[in-house]
Amino acid sequence: MPNSGGQQTGVKSDRRLQMLEAAIKQHQYSKDALLEILHTAQELYGYLDKDLLQHISRQLRLPPSHVYGVATFYNLFKLKKPGMHVVTVCMGTACYVKGAENIVSTIEREFNLKRGGTTSDGRLSLFVTRCIGACAMAPNAIVDGEVIGKATPEDVLRKVKSAMGAEMVEAR
Amino acid sequence: MKPDELRSLAQKESELRKSYRYRINVCCSSGCMPFGSLKVLSAFKDAVREFGVEEECYVARTGCVGTCSLAPAVLVEPGDYLYQNVTPEKAREIVKEHIVGGRPVKSMLYGNEAFFKKQLRIVLRNAGKIDPLRIEDYIAVGGYYALLKALTRMTPQGVIEEVALSGLKGRGGAGFLTGLKWRYVARAPGSPKYVIANLDEGDPGVFANRTLAEADPHAILEGMAIAAYAVGSQKGYIYVRSEYPLAVQTLKKAIEAARSMGVLGDNIFETSFSFDVELRLGAGAFVAGEETAILASIEGRRAMPRPRPPYPAQSGLWGKPTLINNVETLANVPVILLKGSEWFSSIGSKNCTGTKCFSLTGKVNNPGLIEVPMGITLREVVFDIGGGVAPGRRFKAVQVGGPSGGFLPEQLLDLPIDYESLTKAGAIMGSGGIVVLDDTSCMVDTAKFFTEFCVDESCGKCTPCRAGLYKLYKVLDGFTRGEGSVEDFSKVEELCEFIKEASLCGLGQTAPNPTLTTLRYFRDEYIAHLVEKRCPAGKCFGNSGGGGVE
Repeated sequence: MPNSGGQQTGVKSDRRLQMLEAAIKQHQYSKDALLEILHTAQELYGYLDKDLLQHISRQLRLPPSHVYGVATFYNLFKLKKPGMHVVTVCMGTACYVKGAENIVSTIEREFNLKRGGTTSDGRLSLFVTRCIGACAMAPNAIVDGEVIGKATPEDVLRKVKSAMGAEMVEAR
Repeated sequence: MKPDELRSLAQKESELRKSYRYRINVCCSSGCMPFGSLKVLSAFKDAVREFGVEEECYVARTGCVGTCSLAPAVLVEPGDYLYQNVTPEKAREIVKEHIVGGRPVKSMLYGNEAFFKKQLRIVLRNAGKIDPLRIEDYIAVGGYYALLKALTRMTPQGVIEEVALSGLKGRGGAGFLTGLKWRYVARAPGSPKYVIANLDEGDPGVFANRTLAEADPHAILEGMAIAAYAVGSQKGYIYVRSEYPLAVQTLKKAIEAARSMGVLGDNIFETSFSFDVELRLGAGAFVAGEETAILASIEGRRAMPRPRPPYPAQSGLWGKPTLINNVETLANVPVILLKGSEWFSSIGSKNCTGTKCFSLTGKVNNPGLIEVPMGITLREVVFDIGGGVAPGRRFKAVQVGGPSGGFLPEQLLDLPIDYESLTKAGAIMGSGGIVVLDDTSCMVDTAKFFTEFCVDESCGKCTPCRAGLYKLYKVLDGFTRGEGSVEDFSKVEELCEFIKEASLCGLGQTAPNPTLTTLRYFRDEYIAHLVEKRCPAGKCFGNSGGGGVE
């Protein structure tokens, strides 16, 4: 029988866990449903930490190495907690030839972080993504879910700063 | 659903459609949505009410018309008047002048007629003209008639013959004959059989499949159902990128609508044929579009390709015979059955029939989604439809076929677009990306960019791809800083040939194309970097700001 509680693997028993359990049950504990379960888990928790992956591996009766392998193989799954605000710059072909690299390096310089990373105070994460499909409006950036088309580094910087609030900017 | 019910619904819906004098189609696809198309949609509805023309003017939420750089775009029928960059204020004016006054607002119209004139829309026949969330809209324009015809008047073998005679080739890139693939799956022993629609459009710069799913999801479902009938399958999966949330939502709703209408499910049109479709979400892996990798991904594993044979037609999903077709291929099928293989094979060129959708992007004046007959030249696509490059800039190269497609220079622009010509020139058809570069782009840097992409996306299973591409990237990275010498060129070419020869799947086999073609057609730029220590486009040697930000 699959495990019922999450305590053994360090996942807090709460509403999110209940919803995850319901999803696993709906897929009848099928090993084939691993990707679907990981999608659900990330939607619920925002990212997949070690405890959560371990919990999923027990429930689906899959080796932890397999679950970890799948979670790290696909770019979409995040294994670290993202910052409070997230800026994602599209690095698809069309965006790259139209200067997306400048947007990324501007954000990196301004907030002293690297692509894929989060500021030390946990307030901002910078990700690059491979094509969001809005190529005719290149270059594109996404600040907290809002797409900015035909973006300049200044546009994105302004948006990020306003999202993070003025006090943050002054503190720098 | 009974056959007669489809006919009477189609008649009722098409009469309803005709009862309106005007139809305003507001593009609400991923290209236009971020730029306020939902506000524009409600502004049109308000204005139509305000001016009291609700009876004669229908406002529809539709998919993409293709001119994505004009977002939000609005198409007014009859006459196909295309308005660009529409705002809620402009929406009111369009209703006042065009609908009430009968005078199209010239100042807001998109002026480029060539954008549409050189196109031929078969796959995108309904894009921008029907509401993708209303199955009735699809039925009104003849939707699900091809499925009805197949189920009631054709044998599975007959369907396969018709598709084979049309000459339709797989639109996902490899260009394998669709009819032949269907025949293999139909003949393969074993059951159940599966049909997979490939919508894992991982190529950066390509959005044709997404647009199709957002604009006309039922064309994909109908194509899948016909394919399933032909090969003897009852279960289909659509594998779609999770990066396409609107396409996912649209497909979900379309599947539900098709089920409740009875065109998916048990005993479709009162025949013995039953078929259902499920969605499977990808999770951001370029290689997952490869047909054996897609199988692994649907089975919940890492999307790593495996050697073929056995082909998926013999041993696919869970070891069962499986048909994998690109969604664009499938969307062609209903039209082929309705209009006939002879009609279809008269379009395009002799060995390459039909049309192809391309995402036209980069340094081109009219980027967007286009559909052109096979055999059209690259020059017509880039200069007539695309409007060429910005004033004062010089065309440099065009990349065809996604990240592993080659770069072709000006002197090859008269090349006809078909699988063979492109491959011979070092490019590929791929999934249909055309990226235009002008003189502000550095070819060495661009080759490096694509190689880096393929290094990232290599699944790591086979050494030539995993280690070879990394080595290639390191060398190219050095070139952009002037490190290396012209003697290295032959070594680079040798490495590229080795990667192409020895890699397991299409990713490794095509990844060296950008490097090989830039070395072949733009060697002078490499020489400038290594001998003169300068970048002609002003991009390398630490000048990342020279990349031409508009």
